[in-house]
Amino acid sequence: MAFYDGLFDTLGLRDWCDAGQETGPMSMAQLLAQSSGATGAAEPATPLLQTPFPSLDTLHEACPAIAQTRDMTTGVENAFLAIKNPLKVILDPITQPLSWLLDGSLAFFHAVPWFILIPALLMLTYYATRRWGVTAFVAVSFLFLAFIDHYSYAVETLSIIFVCTMISVALGVPLGILMARSDTMQKISIPILDMLQTLPTFVYLIPLIFLFSVTESKLYGIAIILYAIVPVIRLTDLGIRLVDRDVIEAADAFGMTDRQKLFGVQIPLALPNIMAGINQTIMMSLAMVVIASLVSAPGLGVLVLRGIRNLELGVGLVSGFGIVLLAVLLDRTTKAALGRINASYKT
Amino acid sequence: MRTDPKVSIKGLYKIFGPDPESVLPAVLGGMNKPDLLERHGHVLGLQDINVEMQTGEITVIMGLSGSGKSTLIRHLNRLIDPTAGEVLVDGEDVLGYSEDRLRRFRQETMSMVFQKFALLPHRTVLQNAGMARRVRGEDDAAASREGRKWLTRVGLSGYEDAYPHQLSGGMQQRVGIARALASDSPIMLMDEAFSALDPLIRTDMQDLLLELQTELHKTIVFITHDLDEALKLADHLVILKDGYVVQQGEPQQILLHPNDPYIEDFVSDINRARVLRVRSVMQPVASGNGHDFAGIVEANDTLEKLISLSGGDTTKAYRVQKSGEDVGVLDMKDLVRALVPAAPAQTGAVR
Repeated sequence: MAFYDGLFDTLGLRDWCDAGQETGPMSMAQLLAQSSGATGAAEPATPLLQTPFPSLDTLHEACPAIAQTRDMTTGVENAFLAIKNPLKVILDPITQPLSWLLDGSLAFFHAVPWFILIPALLMLTYYATRRWGVTAFVAVSFLFLAFIDHYSYAVETLSIIFVCTMISVALGVPLGILMARSDTMQKISIPILDMLQTLPTFVYLIPLIFLFSVTESKLYGIAIILYAIVPVIRLTDLGIRLVDRDVIEAADAFGMTDRQKLFGVQIPLALPNIMAGINQTIMMSLAMVVIASLVSAPGLGVLVLRGIRNLELGVGLVSGFGIVLLAVLLDRTTKAALGRINASYKT
Repeated sequence: MRTDPKVSIKGLYKIFGPDPESVLPAVLGGMNKPDLLERHGHVLGLQDINVEMQTGEITVIMGLSGSGKSTLIRHLNRLIDPTAGEVLVDGEDVLGYSEDRLRRFRQETMSMVFQKFALLPHRTVLQNAGMARRVRGEDDAAASREGRKWLTRVGLSGYEDAYPHQLSGGMQQRVGIARALASDSPIMLMDEAFSALDPLIRTDMQDLLLELQTELHKTIVFITHDLDEALKLADHLVILKDGYVVQQGEPQQILLHPNDPYIEDFVSDINRARVLRVRSVMQPVASGNGHDFAGIVEANDTLEKLISLSGGDTTKAYRVQKSGEDVGVLDMKDLVRALVPAAPAQTGAVR
């Protein structure tokens, strides 16, 4: 005798409830009740204070015609599986270049010998920051990682971040500009961006695993980009909206076209904010690349995962430190580059 | 009224709010600002503005903050569109312009100087000065040549490669003026151009503007909240209050015959001896034959100069000349009388 039996009886729904009862499988509770030989009549009435919440499962006990919660999750799953194939037909070709880029970049970083790649990265660092201190720090970090045989892992991680950041910027900056130009666009985008940012990182992976094969590199590529693209979009939008109204008015008063205004005034003046967005994007893709090692992303994350799986404490800690080192050097480099831009943009 | 004004504003109304068109009939029917706000939730920005600006003159629009003067100047190059009315430049209605025509109009016919300078912070002073040319599609060489020329003219040669943030406020505004001049437009709008500057630098800039004007003869529309500045620069003065024109005309006339208590309050604070000119208080020629002249003075001299010239003696009289010709007679008694603010005149504006 379930708690809400009375409710359905008084509503006169009993016939509807019991219509399909015979076909339903027995629940564990029913089996237990049957084996103990007791009949429902001996059951004591539930005290009022222990009134159960009328959830799907509780109502199902009283009225078998109502679906269980399990049926609902199955429904969601079936719905996803139903749209999966059509979705795949569209998404697969669109995202295929991402796989090529990621694989190509990995192959490239592996193909270039260390004695060329490390100086090249140092030159890039110096070009971006114009600071010897930061360059020296990057040099020491790389030499250290190479010395403890983490060089190829670190380079793999770097390669993934490189590709994902590039794509995030290529997509995120135009999206941010669109958002800055239209309030409607902003209203639509903000909830989506909020969702992308708050969705637990593991949850990204679940639908992606169903959509794409775990062996494809675009699986982790998409996960990283979805997570890391948010700050660059937000800060591009913010940066353009923050451009001094007086300067925009001056641009209008001198008869600039929208194009001249965008490329000659708005983007250059928003650049410090856009660069801050890129810095955040790099940091977030680094965070995600570690989690993405669960779905076969190569790099330092693989070592961390090995440390967890096999309880190899040393491996996990050292590779974790390597990730921290990578994060710090990427952050310092982009911050120094940002500082250089800020210095020449003072108003 | 003189003929063919360069810019003329006719029956201009601006109402701010969600649906200005719907309340326009009420405003045209005479509803005032507080009533409109209370009953319809719209703000009356400008009402029935009629101003004519002559070629080669400096028209100063003066008013306190909230009087609508910045709104008014933005109607001239349509940074703000009016709710009703006409803005004619060289006889053409600016409001009828298409987007392309409007852009060309802003590039070639009107330039603007801003209160907060509004220079491009990421461009050098030279690039800023040549901006108007570059926007118009002219090449870098032309932009730099014009930019350099006008930077030199406003006294900034040597700073071409500096960035705006490296310059002081006064120097930045010189760049702003050079930028406007380099566009070679016949009309120049100046929105509180000197209000953000220190008093001494402001005086310098006013002198610079007057000096440039004697040789360039641009049609200048100048916005200010400072009466001293307005009287110094204006050929034609328009006084705005709560979105309507209280009085407009020749500044000396407004000073001597204010037609509204609001303007009386305004003019009571200023140093009249420094602002008023001999021509405004003299008797026209021929009426002073019986006088014994103590000397000859220029029609454009200030009364202050006369006082020091006469040593404060009110019995003297002077012959007034303008470019070598006798134009009138100044009795020191008239001068002293003019120093005391008069009761509001019954006859209204001059023009």
